[in-house]
Amino acid sequence: MPSTAPVETAPVETQPVETDEPIDERVVEPEVPWVVIVWNDPINLMSYVVFVFQKLFGYSRDKATKLMLDVHQKGKAAVSHGTREKCEFDVSRLHAHGLWATMQKDR
Amino acid sequence: MPPARVKRVRGGRFALRITGAERDVLRSLPAQLRQVLTGREAAADPDLRRLFPPAYPDDPQKAAEYDGMVRDDLMAERLAAIEVMERTIDSDRLSEDELLAWLSVINNLRLVLGTRLDVQEDLSELDVHPDDPRAESLALYAYLSILEEDAVAALS
Repeated sequence: MPSTAPVETAPVETQPVETDEPIDERVVEPEVPWVVIVWNDPINLMSYVVFVFQKLFGYSRDKATKLMLDVHQKGKAAVSHGTREKCEFDVSRLHAHGLWATMQKDR
Repeated sequence: MPPARVKRVRGGRFALRITGAERDVLRSLPAQLRQVLTGREAAADPDLRRLFPPAYPDDPQKAAEYDGMVRDDLMAERLAAIEVMERTIDSDRLSEDELLAWLSVINNLRLVLGTRLDVQEDLSELDVHPDDPRAESLALYAYLSILEEDAVAALS
């Protein structure tokens, strides 16, 4: 079953490198938070989506239901946010449970 | 409402109330899912895209990095769940972890079948003739949806 260990991620490159390429945005904007979006799909059951939100994020039944209804009625909902690493972990857990999740910068 | 097929019982366990005929349908499904996941055609199978979606829809490079990082783990989890369901296919009682494994297999099968059949939200709008080549798959999809609904209700 799903492990609770965070996904290992590559260390952020901090060594100065002489190049004409744009500097890695992770170095320039380390504080920009990310947001995880779950998108509506015609396959996952509403009850299952509520169950997954509660299981993965520890949300109350009410909060999980409200997020599920946003997904269902508005087409998407922001379900978690944080660093890029945290959001990649959350997205991977959602993908493990078959939900259609993506992440983007929160602004 | 018909009685639920999955019911929480004492000791944190779950009773399965499924007929022999249903169990015979379920019996072959874990191996079928394994075949879909690991078969020679798997890499190019568009029906698998729902199981491994892109994390960064607008950034192919980041999406590829993410995929390289998590794909093996996602695959290993799914294969482990398949093994649990195969091992417990004749059980009348499941532990919570075992039921979660069944739920994983059932939902993965629904995602593959639903993508293949291009199902829409309301199955009742589908007018399927018994001779329709999709009829059998749609019936299986509908049954798995009921079973999943009952499993989620028991777990919630």
